[in-house]
Amino acid sequence: MSEVKQALARVGYLADEPAALVAYLAQELGKPVLVEGPAGVGKTELAKAISRATDRTLIRLQCYEGLDEAKSLYEWNYRKQLLRINAQQQQPPDASSASPPGASGSDSGRASTLDEIFSEEFLLTRPLLEAIASTEPVVLLIDEIDKTDQEFEAMLLEVLSDFQISIPELGVIEARTHPIVVLTSNNSRELTEALKRRCLYLWLDYPEVEREMEIVRLHAPELDARLARRLVEVIHMVRQLDLKKPPSIAESIDWARALLLLGADDIDSSVFERTMSIIVKHRSDIDLVAERIGVQLGSPPGLEAGAAG
Amino acid sequence: MSRAAPSLPPGLAPRIVGFCEELRGEGVAVGTAEILDAFAALEAVPWTDPADFREALAATIAKSQEDRRVFELLFERYFFRAAEAEALDREIREDRRYEGGERLDLDQLREAIRQAIAQGNDGEMRDAARLAIAAFGRRGEGSGVVGVDVQRIRRTLGLQAAGRGADGDEPALERDQIQGFERHLRRELERALIERTAKLPPSRPLAELDRALPTSPTQDLAAVHRAVAQLKRRLATLGHEQRGRKRAAAVDMRRTMRASLETGGVPLRLRYRPKRPRRPEIYVLCDVSTSVTSASVFFLSVLHALHDSFRKLRSFVFIERISEITEVFERERDFRAISEKISREGGVADVSGYTDYGRVWLEFFDEISEDLDPRSTVIVLGDARTNGREPHAEVFARVAERAGRTFWLNPEPRLYWNYGDSVMAAYERHCTAAFECWTTKHLEDFVNVVAGGAPVAEAGG
Repeated sequence: MSEVKQALARVGYLADEPAALVAYLAQELGKPVLVEGPAGVGKTELAKAISRATDRTLIRLQCYEGLDEAKSLYEWNYRKQLLRINAQQQQPPDASSASPPGASGSDSGRASTLDEIFSEEFLLTRPLLEAIASTEPVVLLIDEIDKTDQEFEAMLLEVLSDFQISIPELGVIEARTHPIVVLTSNNSRELTEALKRRCLYLWLDYPEVEREMEIVRLHAPELDARLARRLVEVIHMVRQLDLKKPPSIAESIDWARALLLLGADDIDSSVFERTMSIIVKHRSDIDLVAERIGVQLGSPPGLEAGAAG
Repeated sequence: MSRAAPSLPPGLAPRIVGFCEELRGEGVAVGTAEILDAFAALEAVPWTDPADFREALAATIAKSQEDRRVFELLFERYFFRAAEAEALDREIREDRRYEGGERLDLDQLREAIRQAIAQGNDGEMRDAARLAIAAFGRRGEGSGVVGVDVQRIRRTLGLQAAGRGADGDEPALERDQIQGFERHLRRELERALIERTAKLPPSRPLAELDRALPTSPTQDLAAVHRAVAQLKRRLATLGHEQRGRKRAAAVDMRRTMRASLETGGVPLRLRYRPKRPRRPEIYVLCDVSTSVTSASVFFLSVLHALHDSFRKLRSFVFIERISEITEVFERERDFRAISEKISREGGVADVSGYTDYGRVWLEFFDEISEDLDPRSTVIVLGDARTNGREPHAEVFARVAERAGRTFWLNPEPRLYWNYGDSVMAAYERHCTAAFECWTTKHLEDFVNVVAGGAPVAEAGG
């Protein structure tokens, strides 16, 4: 486990114990992983990190409402098929004189054309098929699965449990290598039991102060340790409020970089006021944060230090 | 990674299955597939490391946050009991009650425990807990009831969470650190009790309170907001789906021809005329009388969330009369401010404190009937208890007829509907559907049904 953790850390992802363990199990057992948690805790980033750590290519399927098979599995390339049919029709005018198209004369020819145009050559692979058919081992990221409808989930079951895709015209395409599958969900709706049954489950939450500090310092190494702690503490305070969209880890990192650019050496209320828009992105949230946090920051720093020490 | 994970000892497999049984008893859906996964995971992870063992089981068995919560609670209890049962079976006793307690006076003990807690090491804390119990036992103050003893010991030791007792010189301890220590205390006391009586106390099902996620009103509010955001998405796409399925969509000839150019003049793909989406126009009526006091905070948060998501929404509160509060929501964002304001302005609607549904319908119909059309949705939040007054169901029927859809969310369990002065049946007849609704779970169910998942079979007669 610690090796997995280190490998993830090397590519810039500080996983906690459960995340590292699940990543390890996903490789060992070859089961898909369902990652849930609030927005911006690094669910997608985890999949990317796994792909970097294992040297696999990442294939990403971004889900949205109305996503269907044609965009996720495969699609026939109609235009190419049509071209082929046209080409065939024009080619043999000599064979059976000038028979009108569709006459019974060239039955065998038609059958072979049919076979031809439903071959892999005319198949447009979409992410899922691409991941299954790939000769290299890959990481398949199915992002925000909760945005799709239940029908799509049902379709995924075949892919996730047997790692195969049935195409009526071609038969079953089985996985050549075993992809690591990561599904993420913001928990905006309950996923079906059937899907959950096939997955390992990981709940990612906002990290503890210590770990978030490490993460921030990993991505903004020039940031002073004291300032980093202060920053993370403020972020945690902001998350305590009832906001429409609490700040994510990515936003703490952005904020840290912004502070570096500004050359700020402490977060007081004026710095906070100017840079607040980096972490809070709703009009009403900004008001709330300015009101609650701004006041606290305005108080003399001695008081804060006394409480923390 | 320790690839050659030691194989499971013979006694463990039945224990894990037993643990899963117990989880099922608490309503966690653990299938055979999950159990097999758990074993597969334990092949890959050394079972000798407690943290890894627990995580491996959790990742394969508990598939949602709620399940995880139950899992944590049961895991502690089940394996503790299993170990104790085994010890009783084999008659293993700990004869060495913790030594060293005698030499320590209370102050030293307090200091030692404080340190152990601050470091947060499990082993140290366990030892500290035993020390405390030993010292406490000698003082002859054990009550024999675990919960009482835990609190007594805590008080004697003067353990106070940060921010409460400010006795300056000692660094305050974190609340959850103290709770961790209490857990150890409780467990050690239980262990001693089991040893004394040589039998396990009967296992009880988890209390509802324990298994619920730790929530604060704001978190509840967030959950309601989530459910309502879903409702919004569903309502927005609903029109599309249903029309697509039910009526033939109109083909847009011009665009179809244009598209066919790509495919050599063969109209392979039909282009349809865009369907005008249903613009959700929602009227919400919320009962805020005393009979629904417990539910009204929930209802108000639903209203709050609805206002967040829909712009074309008009809301009303009623007790005896009706009063429109759309503006309050438009002006205020803060939930607390809103509920205060409503309880103040809601006073307008209140004369005697008894709901008068009949009058409410008459007034609502007078005020709104012009604006109702088949695209509007009426949602009523209320218990349909008329206090014996005329229900005027026929007026409600007219409202329901004019509106496209009418939903009723009742904060009482279905069982109580139509008992006493509840006239739910009279209203339910005219609704598109009626639901029991007092938790976010119910709200989600409501959203699902509205979204067209389940048929509206639930609607009465």
